[in-house]
Amino acid sequence: MRKFPVFYILFLLIFAGCSGANKGSKPSVTVWHWMTDRDPAFQELAKKYETDTGIKINFELYAPSDAYSQKVRAAAQGQNLPDIYGILGEKRDFSSFVKAGHVLELTPYMEESGAAWKNALFAKALAINEFREGDSYGVKPGIYGVPIDTMTIQMLYNKDLFRQLGLDPDSPPKTFQEFLDIGKKIKQANLQGLVSGWDETWIIDSLASNYAFNIMGEGKVMATIRGEVPYTDPDWIRVLAIFKEMQDSGVLANGLVTMINKTAEQLFANGRAVFAFNGSWCVNVYKGMNPDLNYGVMLPPSAGDKYPMIIWGGAGSSFMVNLRSKNMEEAVKFLRWLTDKDQQIYLAQSTNNLPANKESLSKLSPLLSQFAYVMEHTTHPSAWGISEFPQVIEAIDKGIQSIIIGEKSPEQVAQEVQRMKERESARKR
Amino acid sequence: MRFKATLENYVFVLPAVLIFLIFYVIPFIWVFQLGLFDWDGILPTKTFVGLDNFKEIFFQDKIWWQSMLNAGWITFIALTLQNAVAFLLAMACNREIKLKHFYRLIFFIPPVLSEVVVGLVWQWILDGNYGLLNGWLVQLGLPNLVRNWLSDPNTALTTVAIVHSWKGFGWGFLIFLAGLQTIPREFYEAARVDGANAWDSFRKITIPLMVPVAVLVAILTVLGTMQAFVLITAMTGGGPAYHTQVPVLRILASMRGSSRFGYACAQGINFGLILMAISFIQYRFSRKARNT
Repeated sequence: MRKFPVFYILFLLIFAGCSGANKGSKPSVTVWHWMTDRDPAFQELAKKYETDTGIKINFELYAPSDAYSQKVRAAAQGQNLPDIYGILGEKRDFSSFVKAGHVLELTPYMEESGAAWKNALFAKALAINEFREGDSYGVKPGIYGVPIDTMTIQMLYNKDLFRQLGLDPDSPPKTFQEFLDIGKKIKQANLQGLVSGWDETWIIDSLASNYAFNIMGEGKVMATIRGEVPYTDPDWIRVLAIFKEMQDSGVLANGLVTMINKTAEQLFANGRAVFAFNGSWCVNVYKGMNPDLNYGVMLPPSAGDKYPMIIWGGAGSSFMVNLRSKNMEEAVKFLRWLTDKDQQIYLAQSTNNLPANKESLSKLSPLLSQFAYVMEHTTHPSAWGISEFPQVIEAIDKGIQSIIIGEKSPEQVAQEVQRMKERESARKR
Repeated sequence: MRFKATLENYVFVLPAVLIFLIFYVIPFIWVFQLGLFDWDGILPTKTFVGLDNFKEIFFQDKIWWQSMLNAGWITFIALTLQNAVAFLLAMACNREIKLKHFYRLIFFIPPVLSEVVVGLVWQWILDGNYGLLNGWLVQLGLPNLVRNWLSDPNTALTTVAIVHSWKGFGWGFLIFLAGLQTIPREFYEAARVDGANAWDSFRKITIPLMVPVAVLVAILTVLGTMQAFVLITAMTGGGPAYHTQVPVLRILASMRGSSRFGYACAQGINFGLILMAISFIQYRFSRKARNT
């Protein structure tokens, strides 16, 4: 009995810490993110928001992105997601988060006051966060995420090396043949051609799908994903043959198939490669590696005359609001503030990423503007409404690596991809 | 009274049993259970598919078995080259040589380095365009040997295996050295008195007494090498194409790339059973070798 008071005091002390916040105090909003390069800017904006509104924003960084992705999935299972978080992965994963009740639908907020919030953002960036009627994902149509920045993936060329090769630095190649011809000059000059992080399949996928849109048009690409056109179609073989032609011409750098993007960025930044294929985030990376790098931005040279070159672009990073959050309204208010013009200009200038807010474009550097002004020529798998089986995408990308190393022909790869497509379609049925 | 004593004994081991249950047995059962489902790792609902995931692994997933063969080749290099180097260096350091403590320290540096750092440094050394290795080959008058070591399908896997062996031989070295130091010096002295030369002593004393140690090193090498993936991810990302894919990378691809958690669990079980079978066979072999 004598022990009772001690036990009672301990009990009170332990559970006092578990009591709710004081009544009347302002809530704090927790944001989980993976963006190491943007963290200092986020922390600054959080301070400003607290000064303006009294609401504390806790930006918590979990890097690298793989570890972050695992953390978010584990938290979703345990229903411990923070107020605001980002989903890394494909649209299918995003739809699973929505269906599992982890994401607040933002359409009503976006449509408020004559859809002012929605209209301020790039439509392409919003499309990635949107599910539409007739999508294959089975999610109630609506907007479920807020883009905080955007990106486009293009080709870059070194103007100084262009001069060295006797080329006009203000006139990058427009046709695929012109591009291949430069490859021959690169080979003769013993320089390195195109560098990119092609040990990661998504970046090969990006260029392959650029050429698929360019050669056969969006309709046929979508029909292939729906299973109505086989990958053994001559147009798909042409897409795969593009990579063989690039390799044969010498326009691809040696060792490209196992090159990590960081190595590719170093080679291009140090003036050792003529071309690079990279996203708009590279402006910041190159600036850090070599502020004097003299380069230009160009669309991948067109290989077809029927359809335009469409590149990957849209939302770079997006945030979602947890449907189970107690601070849901505060979280939405913060995201609206974060995507306002002033904050977007600050983010763009401090991180060199493209803003999600259209009104912030005027303050961009000339190089970054070159990435932004092609936004209308962009597409992204997350905006297509249907998605290809990941195993098929892997078969295409690994097949392209096999073509580049001379192990397989485009026809062989097309057959293997089609077999994988049939296998996965049968499994899904 | 006896019952009370028995109960007390069980109470003492209870914490260990609980930890073992919570962190080993229950997760294993869950993984096995998940292997019977189609699940994306996010949705609360899972679809029961029975043994379909296992059937797919055995009859359709050629890349899985290719990755197993790749891991087998890396393991073969590790078992032979890596362990031979480890054993020879341990033998050298077990003799009365100068600076032997310094060598012991040096040989143990690679295993304690970060695999990502080692992978990136070796990628830089082996780079086909600006790599140190190709530069040395040119300086040595061997320009015909210059190649893209990691992008060439003919060399990528073996190159990765050699780097893995360089990274891992320190563990084997340490265990072999500890094993050699347990052999009493008197055995060698007695053999010398009986007229045995160095080769006879090595064959009749060192090898038989080192068999259990060699088996332990071999089992650890197989288990460690078959599960290697960080170094490979840093060096080649599993490429070019599927030439350096290994089972753990395939499990990660199923989990993260395809969001097929159930299938990834089935792959994990399949892989675990194969490793257990290999370890068991090695153990039986070692017992047989010791008895003969």
